[in-house]
Amino acid sequence: MAKLTVDGTEVEVPNGASVLQACEAAGVEIPRFCYHERLSVAGNCRMCLVEVEKAPKPVASCAYPVADGMVVKTDTAVVRQARRGVMEFLLINHPLDCPICDQGGECDLQDQAYSYGMDHSRFAENKRAVKDKYLGPLVKTFMTRCIHCTRCIRFSSEVAGVAEMGATSRGENMEVGTYIEKALTTELSGNLIDICPVGALLNKPYSFTARPWELRKTDSVDVHDALGSNIRVDARGSEVLRILPRTNEDVNEEWLGDKSRFSHDGLKRRRLDKPWVRQDGKLRPASWPEAFGAIAAKLKDLPGERIGAVAGDLCDAESMVALKDLMASLGSQDLDCRQDGAALDGGRRDFYTFNTTVAGIEDADAILLVGSNPRREAPVLNARIRKRLNHGGYPVAYVGQPADLTYAARHLGDGVAAIEDAAEMLRGAKRPMVIVGQGALRRPDGAAILAAAWALAASVGALTPEWHGFNVLHTAAARVGALDLGFLPGLGGKALPAMLGGGVDLLWLLGADEFDIAAIGANTFVVYQGHHGDRGAARADVILPGAAYTEKGGTYVNTEGRVQRGYVAVQPPGEAREDWAILRAFSAVLGKPLPYDSIQEVRDRLAAVNPVFKTLQELPHRGCTDQAGPSGDPAGVDREPLLPAVVNYYQTNAINRASATMAECTRTYVTPMLQAAE
Amino acid sequence: MSEHLGGPHGSQVGLGTAENIGDGSSGEGAAQPAHFAFDEASEAEIASILTKYPPSRKASGVLPLLYVVQGQMRRQTGSAWVPRVAMDVVAARLEVPPIRVYEVATFYLMFNTNPIGRHHLQVCGTTPCWLRGSEEVTRACRDETGIKGWRQTSDDGMFTMSEVECLGACVNAPILQVDDDYYEDLDYDRTVALLQALRRGEKPQPGSVIGRITSAPEGGPTTLNTIPIAGE
Repeated sequence: MAKLTVDGTEVEVPNGASVLQACEAAGVEIPRFCYHERLSVAGNCRMCLVEVEKAPKPVASCAYPVADGMVVKTDTAVVRQARRGVMEFLLINHPLDCPICDQGGECDLQDQAYSYGMDHSRFAENKRAVKDKYLGPLVKTFMTRCIHCTRCIRFSSEVAGVAEMGATSRGENMEVGTYIEKALTTELSGNLIDICPVGALLNKPYSFTARPWELRKTDSVDVHDALGSNIRVDARGSEVLRILPRTNEDVNEEWLGDKSRFSHDGLKRRRLDKPWVRQDGKLRPASWPEAFGAIAAKLKDLPGERIGAVAGDLCDAESMVALKDLMASLGSQDLDCRQDGAALDGGRRDFYTFNTTVAGIEDADAILLVGSNPRREAPVLNARIRKRLNHGGYPVAYVGQPADLTYAARHLGDGVAAIEDAAEMLRGAKRPMVIVGQGALRRPDGAAILAAAWALAASVGALTPEWHGFNVLHTAAARVGALDLGFLPGLGGKALPAMLGGGVDLLWLLGADEFDIAAIGANTFVVYQGHHGDRGAARADVILPGAAYTEKGGTYVNTEGRVQRGYVAVQPPGEAREDWAILRAFSAVLGKPLPYDSIQEVRDRLAAVNPVFKTLQELPHRGCTDQAGPSGDPAGVDREPLLPAVVNYYQTNAINRASATMAECTRTYVTPMLQAAE
Repeated sequence: MSEHLGGPHGSQVGLGTAENIGDGSSGEGAAQPAHFAFDEASEAEIASILTKYPPSRKASGVLPLLYVVQGQMRRQTGSAWVPRVAMDVVAARLEVPPIRVYEVATFYLMFNTNPIGRHHLQVCGTTPCWLRGSEEVTRACRDETGIKGWRQTSDDGMFTMSEVECLGACVNAPILQVDDDYYEDLDYDRTVALLQALRRGEKPQPGSVIGRITSAPEGGPTTLNTIPIAGE
């Protein structure tokens, strides 16, 4: 530790920290452009100049290591003058077009120019202009505004793992870009918009839409993958205009996947905004009582075992517990949440969660991926693996289809049998990790693979009271919550495949679109409760319009088993309602009202069903004290190659299938990839 | 540079420094070949270059390899430049992302990212050369080749002319660097003669064109020209 004085305050920081970090520890804010705490230090903007006693001139604090007894002054005439000089140079080639710049109001350069800028420019010559670059369908560029901080270059090569951005030419002619015109091949490109301190890299779909101060900001949780990234929903009126990440060091740090950030235009399209009832083979708009009446008439005299319910991938825990309770009151045990048929074992929580935790990846020292491509299934988690990898001493191996994970990973083979080759590597590690993806579990031998992966983890010492190296990486935001609630076939109940093909007479789909809808029996009466007119709604006999994740206060459990809560950002459209309230209202029509009348009471019920719902954000200490594995015979693994769970990252659910932005991304990134594969 | 200093030809067209550096973007517009592969001579050079770096640090070989590319292009096409596909080949050879090579190749003015003429005339325009008459050298180049502005190529494809910063040979100013060789102590007539010789396919002896030995005074050394005898 080094002790130093910052503006008269004494602080103690670790050796190797920078002066800037010491200043922050002392509570002094240092202006900066190029410095970013999650990227390497470039030290090229010079905005963070401070005075260090005995140093002959101001020093760039971000790149200056602390020393014991150092005396730092951050608010002297010399410092102010130095920073003013830097600002004047930065503004020489900056267009000062704040009134027409989308960054206006949330721009680091604008903010800092208030403190260090001059009221007029002394630069009489022509400003330079730079041609805009094409970086793909998500990031809009306005390169004349670029101040060459190189944050985007460092982000793309260090965090996203695609070294495609760079600075070409030199001096006055230096330009930041890709040199060859191409769309950035990363699922994290939206983060470039956030880290750009000026208005050079902008949100393309959001261009010229709103000013930041007009927006209503609501904390929420992302549902497009199972990571549960913390997000902020920015809305104006009834419209979600953009989605930004919220910092949560344990989950997404400050990053967000492109699908999660840019899918929100799908919330305005193909929405179910009123109930529909099928009459003479055609759907017609109906009122709520009519819709409820049609379902109640069908349910009359229907025995419990002829009624089934399927929970979709985007459901909040509140609506799932309400549906489960409704089914119980109807005497049905036919519940399922595994639309993809993943052989998940709900028997113990650590059989189906990401036990190492996302932050725990940074403590691991070897990793094996089984049938998982985290780059497509959870790109932010993939960035965390990459971050760990950058620190070294972290062998990565995977079985499954050959894939570019953005980091060096050893491909062991495409069948599960190859995991044995990883045993030695994992055994040599102190804290090894095994990640099982949905691509491995959704096969007929999924249970065997799950058991085999557990057995491997146990045999290499990944399961100890201090360390839990067995992980399941989910792709559906609702899945872990559903498993926690036991949204699975009860005693003698039918799983989804048994419900199809006429296995039940009434099938209640709670936002379930991701299974083979055509396999539903012709005489099965389908109730679709959800927010998008997607596959499920097309087959439905009654449609109950529900709320999307931005429109309801919902509890979600991420792949780690972390319980998180989002809040209402906008109201659901038209006659759509919050899903738990729809189920509660319908239960009253049946004369069997569910025992809760407010969201708080539903949450109490959640906690009663499973105590994990009592505490938000917290994860229990995750050692493994019981080595007994999931049911399933490890010997039952067959030799078939593993297939990826997610092929098109951009379109995986009803919201992003309705999104024009995601369709554009699919055209740009996925279609050429599939064509090349053919 | 020179237009700010107000030389007699400073106001002529195309002296902007911006063009002197290149267009900064990819050379997509230029006639980029579709394919590039190192030939045998280049492979031999590369093998010897890469022995200088440990395998984990072979990215350091990017500058010498770009020179190898430029040399091979000169041998094969008569124009010493680095096509984009060649940068990709260098990147693959050094196992670095292509953008890292693009950055280097566009940063250094020694690498031409667009095709040039058979000979690259690089006139030094920095102060000592300018004081010693670099503008006369420039004028001679213009008159002899018909090139109007910097970074342009003569109609016969023989010459491309660019202005460079100090070549570090100020004692023999003014300097004209032709491809890799320095021609020193030039004036208008000597430059014209040099260019004519080049046009004829000759390769005049590099160095001082007036016969100075390296940077010794004209006519031979004036001091230290006797060898002191020990004990005298």
